[in-house]
Amino acid sequence: MKAYQKVLMIIAALSLGLLFLFPMWKIYLTAPQYPEGLEMHIWVNQIAGNTAGAIQNFNILNHYIGMEPIHADSFAELKIMPYIVIFFMVTGVLIAFIGKRKLVLSWTVLLMIAGAVGILDFYLWLEKFGTNLDPTAPIKVPGMTYVPPLLGHKTLLNFEALSLPAWGSFGIFLAITISALVYFLSRKKEAKHNAKKVMV
Amino acid sequence: MKSLFKTFKKAAPAAAFTLALAGGAVLQGCSGGPGEGSATAAGVASDAAQAVYVAPGKHDEYYSFLSGGFNGQMSVYGLPSGRLLKIIPVFTQHGENGYGYNEESKAMLMTSHGFVPWDDLHHPKLSRTDGMTDGRWLFANGNNTPRVARVDLTTFETVEIMEIPNSAGNHCSPYPTDNNEYVIAGTRFSVPLDMKGATADVSMNEYADKFRGSISFIKVDQEKGDMELDFQILVPGFDYDLANGGKGPSSDWVFFTTYNTEQAGTLKELGASQNDRDYLAAVNWKLAAKYAAEGKAREMPANYYHNKMDKDTHIAKSTIKKTVRYLLPEECPGMMYLIPAPKSPHGIDVDPSGEHMVVSGKLAATIPVFSFSKMQEAIKNKSFDGEINGIPVFKYESVLKAEVPEPGLGPLHTEFDGKGNAYTSMFVSSEVVKWKLSDFTVVDRMPVYYSVGHLMIPGGDTKNPDGKYLVAMNKITKDRYLPTGPELAHSAQLIDISGEKMRMLLDFPTVAEPHYAQAIKADKVAPNSVKFYDLAKNTHPHAVKKEADASVTRQGNVVRVKMTAIRSHMTPDNIEGVQVGDTVLFHVTNLEQDWDVPHGFAVMGANTAETLIMPGATQTLRWVPKKAGVFPFYCTDFCSALHQEMQGYIRVSPKGSNVPITFSTGKKKPSA
Repeated sequence: MKAYQKVLMIIAALSLGLLFLFPMWKIYLTAPQYPEGLEMHIWVNQIAGNTAGAIQNFNILNHYIGMEPIHADSFAELKIMPYIVIFFMVTGVLIAFIGKRKLVLSWTVLLMIAGAVGILDFYLWLEKFGTNLDPTAPIKVPGMTYVPPLLGHKTLLNFEALSLPAWGSFGIFLAITISALVYFLSRKKEAKHNAKKVMV
Repeated sequence: MKSLFKTFKKAAPAAAFTLALAGGAVLQGCSGGPGEGSATAAGVASDAAQAVYVAPGKHDEYYSFLSGGFNGQMSVYGLPSGRLLKIIPVFTQHGENGYGYNEESKAMLMTSHGFVPWDDLHHPKLSRTDGMTDGRWLFANGNNTPRVARVDLTTFETVEIMEIPNSAGNHCSPYPTDNNEYVIAGTRFSVPLDMKGATADVSMNEYADKFRGSISFIKVDQEKGDMELDFQILVPGFDYDLANGGKGPSSDWVFFTTYNTEQAGTLKELGASQNDRDYLAAVNWKLAAKYAAEGKAREMPANYYHNKMDKDTHIAKSTIKKTVRYLLPEECPGMMYLIPAPKSPHGIDVDPSGEHMVVSGKLAATIPVFSFSKMQEAIKNKSFDGEINGIPVFKYESVLKAEVPEPGLGPLHTEFDGKGNAYTSMFVSSEVVKWKLSDFTVVDRMPVYYSVGHLMIPGGDTKNPDGKYLVAMNKITKDRYLPTGPELAHSAQLIDISGEKMRMLLDFPTVAEPHYAQAIKADKVAPNSVKFYDLAKNTHPHAVKKEADASVTRQGNVVRVKMTAIRSHMTPDNIEGVQVGDTVLFHVTNLEQDWDVPHGFAVMGANTAETLIMPGATQTLRWVPKKAGVFPFYCTDFCSALHQEMQGYIRVSPKGSNVPITFSTGKKKPSA
């Protein structure tokens, strides 16, 4: 691997750092009486909102339909994920210094798997919160569940929910794209090298 | 000039009297035909509806603050729509939100006379930076039991009330200087001072000898706005009516209109109307402050309350002040002068340039305009006509710039548009009169319905008015709206003053009796408006910040209920163990951290108002149950779909009962 490719690999690893600066996902809610909107921000290590009281407000609204309150403490993922991200960042930088293509590939694939698992996990949580409703809830609409959309828009009673990835996820996207690019760019040379070997 | 003054002296009273009679006739003539609304819609602009229409969901361009007069409160209206946005309780208990009823705010209404739950609020004045309204605070006077209040415009709540000692009828108040260095308050009624903090027990026959007035100089903290009575000037025993600060060249000065310079102690209607002239008092506040700082001030015992609302505990605390410093004009040369003015003047208004002092003398036939530069000249040349209590009196013509001829009847108050025009309210002839500051001639008249008192142009009392609208505050309403029995709303009228001719745009009813108003561009206030209080910063000693910490405890016969409220329940909502005669203190914390979710709290039979608790705040309702039984309590502000379910019960057992204190919400007791 050439020096610039190593630099790119370091950038790929460090771009995961965006996960600590920005939320991964945002769920936007609006309702007639919430013209200013209500946002839930899912971070790699916390669940927050656009205001200090946002999560409390989500929980107040959700308790009428019997949804379990959302507390950051209830998600073991939020404790584990930061270490996983740090692991990828450290190994990514190490791989850049080692400069082995195969390691780059493994790192990229592993990161893609980790991302996919993360999204699946997120989906399962949404499913769990949206369907596992307290039977004593004050508001019960027959047949109604409240699974927010994983991506895109959905109407939930008086709320319009919109779910979109945020800058943190863009960090993962960058890491995968750049590391894949590094793998691709370093390919030609080694292919030539291999070809020579064959000729010999 | 001398002869002019003499002519004026002879002619003015007769002219004013004749004109006043004529005005009465005009008034009666106007209040004609019943049925089809008002007598006339004269002058209403053809596009008036469009000019004042603020579409649903859109905001007004201005906040306006209209005093409530005898309701002791302040009303907030949007302009140009005339929509009522809020009533801010200031000097009067407000059952609507528990102000002055709940334990936290009672101290706001404490005075040296005890708890005074009402006052007569006349004049709002916005705080200023560099001579312009800055949208931080609003000062207001309590006329009856002399007080000055400060409203915080981030919360629209009254946060401070200071009693004014040695004053009676705090009408001539409160007037901020260009940078809120001082808020100045003059007494309307002079009273005999015992110089020990009270009024003296003397015969009213001794008015001329014993009665004195006072002008108070309240220092304002530049950052926090906190007030402090720095010193007073003890002035001759006249009635001090209105005041206004100078601007630009005259910004070190403040001017006061006076009446009853005859010093009548009875039937002032006549007794105070005998002299052909009263005085405009000019006080150099900067020099006064200098004298006070340099040790010219003496000290006397006093007894007055200073009440402040703490922004973190949301609890008002009273401090009792025991001394006050005062200056005597006779000992402070150059500090105070008297300018002869037509009898019983009301408004004194300084034009944006700071050069013209306009005196609206309600019984005068003309509007005298005094010149600040001529006043400076007169001081230099000592053009005095004697003195009163050591205060030099100017010769009228040595300070007079011009008289506006034939302005109308009963001029009361003048404001300015910043484009060289002045607008004066005419109480008797029921009109707003526009005249030019360049040649002092009347250029336009707009009839108003009826008997306009004060008028207001946004920033019209500052050095840079916003000459777009004028609000006339009328004292008599009669047939302007659907009748509502003997008591009618007072009426305000919005006039477009952006063009050559005034255009009538809108009537809107007001709350109680506005005596004056202020208005400011909405963007100077709206962005700072607080949406809710930060629960984390709530330091109320009995706040509970989560349901698990709610408690009921007994200390002797005091039972403290530390309760939380959140959509849509209160914790605890079942309480037992209270006994007849206990003092139950419900300390309710609103746990919400969302915009526009107050919770109210009321309990059956409580001899007080509900209390309305803003998100993040704690407030306390005191209840002394008089009989045994079960008493419901509930949330009084429709907070959510299950608001009707937001209720609970408290059980009261006979005195000496062995029912223990227990409390719960839902099936199980909240775990500690």
